[in-house]
Amino acid sequence: MEIRVQAEPFDFGAEAGAFAARQAGMGAVVTFTGIVRDLEGGGLRAMEIEHYPGMTEKAIEAIASEAADRWHTGDLLVIHRYGPLAPGEMIMMVATAAPHRADAFQAAEFLMDFLKSRAPFWKKEVAQDGADWVAARDEDEDALNRW
Amino acid sequence: MDVLYFAWVRERIGHPKDCIETPPGTVRELVEDLCSREERYAAAFADLSALRVAVDQQLSDFDAPLDGVREVAFFPPMTGG
Repeated sequence: MEIRVQAEPFDFGAEAGAFAARQAGMGAVVTFTGIVRDLEGGGLRAMEIEHYPGMTEKAIEAIASEAADRWHTGDLLVIHRYGPLAPGEMIMMVATAAPHRADAFQAAEFLMDFLKSRAPFWKKEVAQDGADWVAARDEDEDALNRW
Repeated sequence: MDVLYFAWVRERIGHPKDCIETPPGTVRELVEDLCSREERYAAAFADLSALRVAVDQQLSDFDAPLDGVREVAFFPPMTGG
């Protein structure tokens, strides 16, 4: 299990390739990456991501450990950035490996659902006419109930 | 004990951290103490249902005891991913 919380960009292709290359004995790798979405009609200057150093790493470790307990997975990778990001930049990625694809897909979805609502990150959209904190959505909270 | 604030809670209060010499019994009592300090705390804590709390870096609730606790953090619902 590898968890990285960092300000720096990451190379999604290189990370995904290196992850897949070290999964001897596994049959499936699933990856997801989240990118900074522009506002409708454009105009987003930056997405600023704040986090809680110390708790962030612990929370992600707990989520990843839970995923590893629930599904027959091999390795798990989570990278999440913080700081100011431009539209189109990659915010985060997860990669999951499993002997069969169903476990890899489910573990990745579980990781994403919990990273969204249980890892201490907060997003702020900075536009030309001001800045607003992104509100948590009920659907994201509801998504946790399916697990 | 350190009390940390994140996102708009930090912005409303105006700083990221307070140090409390003698913590009260529970998180809720801590909130009440802070609100009695200054209006900006009362503004930040006006709607507790809009807030989350972590006690020693674990998500917790407002009735959690503070005995032996080193760090409490207040923040809005998280928006990671």
